Amino acid sequence: MSPATGAEQATGRPAPLVGILALQGGFEAHERVLRRLGARTRQVRVPTDLEGIDALVLPGGESTVMTLGVEREGLKEPLCRLAAGGTPILGTCAGMIMLDRAHLGILDVLAQRNAFGRQLHSFEASFEVDGVDGGPVHAIFIRAPWIAEHGPDVTVLAEVDGHPVAIRQGRILALSFHPELTGEDRLHRFFLSLAGFGEPTAKET
Amino acid sequence: MSTNGHIARDESTFTVKAGLAEMLKGGVIMDVVTPEQAKIAEEAGAAAVMALERVPADIRRDGGVARMSDPEMIRGIQEAVTIPVMAKARIGHFAEAQVLEALEVDYIDESEVLTPADTVNHIDKWAFKAPFVCGATNLGEALRRIGEGAAMIRSKGEAGTGDIVNAVTHLRKIRSEIRWLTQLGPEELASAAKELQAPLPLVRQVAADGKLPVVLFCAGGIATPADASLVMQLGAEGVFVGSGIFKSSDPERRARAIVEATTHYADPARVAAASTGLGAAMESIETSKLDTEQLLSPRGW
Repeated sequence: MSPATGAEQATGRPAPLVGILALQGGFEAHERVLRRLGARTRQVRVPTDLEGIDALVLPGGESTVMTLGVEREGLKEPLCRLAAGGTPILGTCAGMIMLDRAHLGILDVLAQRNAFGRQLHSFEASFEVDGVDGGPVHAIFIRAPWIAEHGPDVTVLAEVDGHPVAIRQGRILALSFHPELTGEDRLHRFFLSLAGFGEPTAKET
Repeated sequence: MSTNGHIARDESTFTVKAGLAEMLKGGVIMDVVTPEQAKIAEEAGAAAVMALERVPADIRRDGGVARMSDPEMIRGIQEAVTIPVMAKARIGHFAEAQVLEALEVDYIDESEVLTPADTVNHIDKWAFKAPFVCGATNLGEALRRIGEGAAMIRSKGEAGTGDIVNAVTHLRKIRSEIRWLTQLGPEELASAAKELQAPLPLVRQVAADGKLPVVLFCAGGIATPADASLVMQLGAEGVFVGSGIFKSSDPERRARAIVEATTHYADPARVAAASTGLGAAMESIETSKLDTEQLLSPRGW
């Protein structure tokens, strides 16, 4: 747990508590980035772990494993309720898939799994993400999805190969890639700003 | 919107290779020998499958030379599931690894479970675009493999026995040697590297970070949900289950139970629930009763 952090002292607000779905996958990497930014974190495995959180991360991993876990733990309904109540959510890779119409149905998008191909076609790249200041975002795509379809409430923040890889709908951000693995923290800062914490690094659109 | 029509991209960097292992964390990787088994594993919550011709228990029973699997079988498994598919190459058999890379398997396991092809050298894993996972019984062995390009490590245990004792020994050894390094002064690390027979830069990195530079899974002897909980509590970041699932009386149920226990490893009530009514575990062998030449874990150098 982080004690009073620089960010907290600066805003005078208590550090937000960010729940990170920890059924399987890269949840610890998100934990490290968020703590470095001054947030408190809690691993979420059962519905009671969601109580009192200010924001939620759905990490990368295998969406099949997470889908089974969400079902086993009875997490679907409480997760959807959180989203409907306006809790900011960040989904990366498998987390983006979990948010789509075919899974939790939280975002008005359809993600295509393994859209870039098998692991041999996984890659690193740098590109601009709309509204993220300070130059290109360095991103790592691992057997990554992209957004195949999206509704009118969805804002596309970046595309690769003509397919959306970063999108926003209200207070929910979904990324095909893994900012948590590259030392990049601007997208997490943007996410925390949606929870009313810290300075936004991306302009409200 | 920022459109990035044709951006420059770097494939198969070490970050990309090690990144897939990061995404497998907290998961169970299951040995499968047919597309049907792969499907069962996926539906039970496997984070990845390891495609091989015979599970270690059968390799142990049948004897003879154990080799890379038939590409047709690997392709069949790749078509059956959407989760990552791993496959094994013999230690030092870089041509088998080249074949597996040509098949686009997601991870290559340079494995002591197969009969080694080289008694001195492991595969030069930097020469490949596909990532490798390798076994280790101690920190020096783990760092030698990472030095050769492995992007993920699994403690070896003793495959095909259903006996967890060697997995525990190897995990504890790796973890205690890491703790030892963190207590040394900078001037002591060269000597430690010599003792561990490991590359000095990696020794320095482990001493600074207090952890391996890549993800550490546990393999070799996991047969029950409690076994999975045990090794996770000992510091494994995920588990490989070889013979433990499809050599048990109710593979699907046991697979689900081990997945559940791996997620809730720190919650004994959940591990108890997962352990209930699973039927018989695999037929097991007490490792200490095996002759030295029957052991798989000493293979690798």
